This record gives sequence, structure tokens and C-alpha cells, in this order.
Amino acid sequence: MEAIAFYLFAVLTTVMFLITVLTNHALYALSALAAGMIFISAFFFLLGADFLGAIQIIVYTGAVMALYAFGMMFFDTTRDVVESRTSPQIIFGLSGLAALTVVAMFTAPIISENITALYPAIDGVGNSQMVGMVLFTKFLIPFEVAAVMLLVAMIAGIVLAGKKMDHSLTLMKEEEIERETNEKAQV
Amino acid sequence: MEFYLYTALFAPIIGSLFAGLFGMSKKNIIAGLVPTALLFVSFLASLKLLIYILGGGEPIHVELMTWMATGDLYVPYGFMVDQVSVTMMMVVTTVSTVVHVYSIGYMDHDKGFNRFFSYLSAFVFSMMVLVMSDNFLGLFIGWEGVGVCSWLLIGFWYHKESATWAANEAFIMNRIADLAMLIGIFLVYWNTGSIQYNEAFAAMPTLENSVLTTIGIFLFIGAMGKSAQFPLHTWLADAMEGPTPVSALIHAATMVTAGVYLVVRAYPLYDLIPDVGVFIASLGAFVAMFAATMALVNRDMKRIIAYSTLSQLGYMFVAAGLGAYWVALFHLMAHAFFKALLFLGAGNVMHAMHDELDPFKMGDLKTSMKWTWILMTLASVALAGIYPLAGFFSKDLILEVAFVEHHYILYTVLLLTAGLTAFYSFRLVALIFHGDDRHSENGVHPHEAYRFMLWGMLPLGILAVIAGMVFKTPYFEMVTQVLPAIEYHIHNHTVFWIMTIGTQLFVIAAIVYAYKKYAKAVKVDKKVESGILYQLLYNQYYIPQFYEEYFSKMYRELSEMMWKIDLKIVDASVDGVANIFYNTGIKTHTMQNGNLSTMLRWMVVGTVVLLALAAAFTLGQSETVVELLSELGVI
Amino acid sequence: MMEITLQHYLVLSTILFAIGLIGVMRRKNLLLLFFATEILLNAVNIAFAAISSYYGDLTGQMFAFFIIAVAASEVAVGLGLLVLWYKRTGKIDLDAMTSMRG
Repeated sequence: MEAIAFYLFAVLTTVMFLITVLTNHALYALSALAAGMIFISAFFFLLGADFLGAIQIIVYTGAVMALYAFGMMFFDTTRDVVESRTSPQIIFGLSGLAALTVVAMFTAPIISENITALYPAIDGVGNSQMVGMVLFTKFLIPFEVAAVMLLVAMIAGIVLAGKKMDHSLTLMKEEEIERETNEKAQV
Repeated sequence: MEFYLYTALFAPIIGSLFAGLFGMSKKNIIAGLVPTALLFVSFLASLKLLIYILGGGEPIHVELMTWMATGDLYVPYGFMVDQVSVTMMMVVTTVSTVVHVYSIGYMDHDKGFNRFFSYLSAFVFSMMVLVMSDNFLGLFIGWEGVGVCSWLLIGFWYHKESATWAANEAFIMNRIADLAMLIGIFLVYWNTGSIQYNEAFAAMPTLENSVLTTIGIFLFIGAMGKSAQFPLHTWLADAMEGPTPVSALIHAATMVTAGVYLVVRAYPLYDLIPDVGVFIASLGAFVAMFAATMALVNRDMKRIIAYSTLSQLGYMFVAAGLGAYWVALFHLMAHAFFKALLFLGAGNVMHAMHDELDPFKMGDLKTSMKWTWILMTLASVALAGIYPLAGFFSKDLILEVAFVEHHYILYTVLLLTAGLTAFYSFRLVALIFHGDDRHSENGVHPHEAYRFMLWGMLPLGILAVIAGMVFKTPYFEMVTQVLPAIEYHIHNHTVFWIMTIGTQLFVIAAIVYAYKKYAKAVKVDKKVESGILYQLLYNQYYIPQFYEEYFSKMYRELSEMMWKIDLKIVDASVDGVANIFYNTGIKTHTMQNGNLSTMLRWMVVGTVVLLALAAAFTLGQSETVVELLSELGVI
Repeated sequence: MMEITLQHYLVLSTILFAIGLIGVMRRKNLLLLFFATEILLNAVNIAFAAISSYYGDLTGQMFAFFIIAVAASEVAVGLGLLVLWYKRTGKIDLDAMTSMRG
């Protein structure tokens, strides 16, 4: 049962991500990515990381994808994305090589058996509860820092996308800046 | 007493640095006066030390600070004033003070006046380090210091090619000898475990004779270079390219005698190896004769005196080699006085003659340069060894030593040389000061040197007269507290008187002959001059040509070959390395085209490389993989 | 059926990561490039969760959790910059960004 689920979702995610990477249509890419994210959450559930699975769906498929969708509204996405291609041999060759080395490392029987769990899972306690316990004790400071980071990111997103931000002194020529200051002075 | 020691040692270097401050500026009389005054201070300090030592004071031994201390090697900046070094200090400071005073007048019109005094005082400092050091390494530092100063001063008129050539020749010749000296010092340390004089010499009697002989020979080769003994003698005559005061101070009175000082200082070593001593004495006698014969026919005033110096150094080595160390040191002292005087007189003549060096173009200068004539005659008489001047006491003593030690061949050679010495000395005096006026036709109108220069020379004149008579007894008593006190007396009175009077008569006869031949109108005897013997002597036994032909040329060819090898291998590989990087840069700078996509791709390449490395390491650590590979026979 | 081991998950994660790399190298459109980076992050997340689960250690899940947080903020800031860039130049093509050219 588990094996069937694993292979099914493995094939599905791989296909979805391949579509994301290879398609020429931005909307297809977005949809495929969103689907892939949801399928990934399935792995989390399979692995017993329920909380993470939920987060995955909420954050990625909910928030991030929505953000991308909104972002895409700014750009012209209806037509095909035209990109100048680099030689596919290099790209696939390099990626394949990277994958091969990593796989070689993982499959080599070296992952040591004497790893002891730092924060072992406790029997009889739900995953979310355990995550909560660890997160709010051992990882409290990283958690808070992550919270601040998210806040900063949010403010940055607002500010960047806001008005007047396309006005950059560094990219302007000397005369333009001078003219502008003169205009302001007149006002 | 330490205060006086440091004053004597460091006053010259202060003078040198002071004059050095004015090195690049125009002539400034202060730059001459201050070093001279400081040298006089050094002289007074040395005199104070001499009085202290003469009064029976203990030798002073100080350690300024540690120089090196690694493992068993301990070398301090140690200085020692004992009976031997205080003698040398007196000689050095006296002669150099006089030479400094003289130089103020002599270098009066020279552009490098300030520079000259800086070098000269630096030389005196190095010489003081050399004689005052209490270990071989300090001696070596002084040894090299005087070498450098000598190089600077021979090449003082560096715009003259002959001067720079002579400076380099002197330096390179000394370098060859210094290598041997350094090996000698290494051997001393290797075998005795110390390079302090007292410790090293104390350990020497227990060593094997062959080891001691090796050490003695190597140290003596060093001495040979500095004291210009055959076959390393050619530099001294060429060193006369330097200003005359330099010749007086460095190439007659002090530096060239450093070799003798070394042998005297290392007397406990040479006492143990009398065979080497005999060799030293034989070489000394040979050089004495050899140099004197070259001086007979030379036509360059300064070179004649230089050969005379060489000859006298030979005498000193005879004495030192035969174990009469105090006699060698005594002749060193006496010789310093009259030879410096001779050179300074020659400097006056040169000035008067507008740098003319050929005595055959002078003549009859006694009328216009009375005082120079008197002083130079005095110096020549002292050099010839006429009673009661300095040379008689020191040089005849060496003859006696040779006789008493039953080295009759050496004695005969030295006796003949004494005659030759008298002849060439007075040939020079006669040619310069007597005879017919040969210079007016060249439009030269001689004038006497500055009055203060003559006054400055006067102390040397006095010392040349009295040094033998007055100093001999106190000197003997003082020095023999350190050196072996062997009195050389010919026990048979008749033999003694016959020898002394015979020598005197022989010398006087040589003088009279020289006057007779040259004090009148000079007749040039073409027949003699074209003779083989004359040509041989005039060309310095063809030794410089021989060196040029067989050493310089061969070395040049070797160097050119090495240069090619250097060009093809060393330079090429260095250039190759540079070119690799340069070409890599040229080829790869396209990578940096500012295209973000390309950069991303390179980033992935980097990731893959790192991953591959990580994989290689992890797999290499895995036992299973290693087993697998070894089964496959890869490892 | 075979039992699913840790290796299976890790291999899957690697494959997904490789797909992400393909995207990173292939895409010239900045928005689609962002998608590729999301794939990379998710691939790593799978590996973390799998290791966490098989060793019974929650640290891996924690890391996955923080990675999601980082990814979220990255998207927020990145999209902001992207919009800004688009407003200024009218293009979001990587090849057109040449201000880094030396």
C-alpha cells in the first residue's frame, strides 16, 4: 500500500515538475507547480509528518501560488514565453551528473547506523503536538527569527511593489537628477 | 673602563653617521671636522685604555648584549681589550686620526668630501670591531665591514672605470678568501663547540693534529686574502686607484694587516701546528722578495709603495709563522706609522704634480716641497731599517728571529729583500725629490701642501723615528703577558754584531746605489728595459694577465653558459607559469560577460564539482566501497 | 511490493532536485526561474522529512519548516523586486539584465 502510494506520487510529482520546467506556457507552468506542491505534501503525510504536510499545502499552494498568480497578472502571460535557449546537452548533462553523484552518495552503504536522535519522536503523541513541543522549546529563537524575517519580507514586498519605487537615483543620469531637483525647487 | 671601551668603539660610527647625513649635499667642512674630532675622542679613549693596561690592569671583557643564542651556539656582542687588541686600537686610532686631519686638506676640492668622511669613519669603526671582538664571528663581521668600506673607498671615484674595476677586484678576491675564513670559523665551532676565543683556544690542545691543521690552513687563507699574500695579491696594487689617504689608512696601515692580526690572535692554534707556521713563514718570505722585485722597476709611485707594503706584510708573516707573534705585531705597528707617512707624503706629491704618478716625470721637488721631502725621506729611512728608526728595531728583529730559529734560507731571502727595500725606497725618493727638473716641461708648478696637513703628518713622523727605540721595551713587557714571551738573542756576540752591522752596511750600500743611479740626470738604459727580467718584473710576473686569461675568461665563458641555461630553463619556467595564468585569464574572461543566465550555469558547474569531490571523499571512506574496489583490483 | 526505504525517498529528492537544476539553467524568464527555485527547495524538503521520519528525529522536520518560511519570504521579496523591474524596463528576461556586465 505504502509502496504503491510512493511510486504513484513520485511519478506524479516528477511529471508535474518536468512540465513546470519544460513548458513554454507560463500558466501551465504555474498550474503544474501548484499540483506538484500538493503531491509533495502527500509524501509528508506518508512519512507521518502531518503538520509539515498541512503547512506545505497552506503555505505553498495557498499563499505562494496565490502570490505568483497575482504577480503574473502584472506580466503578459497569455502568450508563449519566448526564451533564447542554451544548448540542452549542457543543461541535462550537468543536472544528470549532479543527480548521479548525489544518488551515488546516498546509495552507498555508508550512512552510519550510530546516529542518535537528537529530539526523538515520542510514542503516543500526535505529530503536530510533537512539532509544537520541539518548536516552542528547542527552536524557539529560530522560530522567532523566522517570524521577524517573514515580517520584514512582507514589508519589503509592500514597499517594493508600491508606487514611486521605480524611481531610482542610481540608474538616472546626472542631468535628469539635476532637472528633477530644479523642478522640485520651483514647486 | 667600560665607558672608555665603548667610547673608543662607537665614536667613529657616530662620526660616520653624522657625515653620512651630509652625504648628498655640497661640501661642508663640518662633515669633515666632526668625524675627525670624534676619532680623536676615540684615540684618547684608546690611550686611556692603553695606560690602564700598561699600568698592569686586567684585560677588560664586556658583553654589550646577546647576538645569537640558538641551541649550543651562543654569540654575544662581546668586546675585549687586552694587550694585543689595545696595541691594534692604538695603531688604528692614531693613524686614522692623522689620516682624517690630512684628508680635510687632501679632499678639499673633491665633490664627495662629506661622503668620503662617512666612509672613512665607518671603516675605522669596522676595524675597531675587528680588533676588539672577543669571538671569531665578531671578528668576521669587522672583517667584512672593512672589506665593504675598502670597496667603497677604492671605488670612491666611481665615474672612473679603472676605479670601479679595482674596487670589484679587491672585493671579489677578498670574497674568495673570506669563504675559506668562514669555513675555518665553522670548523672551529664544529670541533670546539665555541667561537669565543678563550673557550675555543682552551679546547684546541685536545683536538687531533689533522683537524687543527685544517682549521689553521683555512683561517690562514682568509688572512691571505685580506693581507694580499700570494696568490691573492693582485688586488692591493690595483687598490691604489682610491684616494691616497685611503691607501695610507686602509691599504697600508690597518686593514691589510688584519691578516697578521688574525694569525697573532690565533697564536694558541698556530703554536700547536708548527708545520703550518713554517709554511706561513715561507710564503711570507717569498712574498717579501716577490713584491720587492716588482717594486724595483715600477713606474707608478703609489704602486711602488703598495708593493713595499706587500713586502713588509711578508715580513710580518715570517715572524708570525715562526712563532714570534709579538715581533710580528711590533713590526705591524712600526710599519703602520712609517708606511702611512710615506703614503701621505706621496699624496702631497700627487697634489703638487696634479695627479701625476710617474716619478720619472718629477724630479727636483725638494726645493719646492721641503717638508714633504724631509718626512718622506724619514719614512723611507725607517722603512729601510736604518738605526735608530722604527724599521731597524722591528725588521731586523724579524731577521734575527729567522736566524735564531735556524731558518737560514728565510734569513737570506729576507736579508736580500731588505737590500731591495732600501733600493726601491730611495729610488723613489731620488726620482721624486732629487735629480733634474723633469716636470716643468709639462707645465706643472709644484706647491707645498697645506700647513695643517704637514702638522697632521708630524706625529707619524715622530712615531716613525721613535716607535722602535722608545716603545720596544714597554711594548714587549705588555704584550708578552698574552703572547709567548720568547726573546730572540743571538748568543754569540761576534755573530750578532757582524750581522747587525753587516745588514746596516748592506742596506746603506743599496741606498747609496739608488741615489747614485737616480739622483742625477736619469738615463734610460734601453738595453736593460727591453731585457727579459725587466719586462717580467715590470709586468708583475705576468700574473694579472695570467689571471685574466685563465680565470676571468673561463669564468666569463662559464657564466655565459649559465646565463643561457638560466634563460632557457629558469626564466622560461617562470615566464611559463605567468603565461599559463595570463592565458587562462584571456580565455576565461568571457565567462564574466555579465549575463546572469551564464552565471547560473557556472554556478551549477561549481556545485557539480563540489558534489563530485564530496562523493569521492565519502565513497573513499566507506569500507564496503573500498572492499569492492580492491576485489575489482582497482586499488 | 518492495518495502519503501529511506534510499527511495532520497533518490526521489535527488531527481526532483535535478529537475530543479534543469529549470534554473534553462529558464530565461525570471518568473519561471522562481518556479525552478521552488522546486529545488521542495526537493530538499522531501529529503529532510524522510530522514526525520526514518531516524525518528524531529530536527529534519524543523528544518523543512524553516525552509518553507524562508521560501515564503523569498517569494514575497523576489516578486516585489520583479514587479519593480518590470515596471521600469517592461521586460523580465534574464538576458536583458546586463547591468552586471563588467
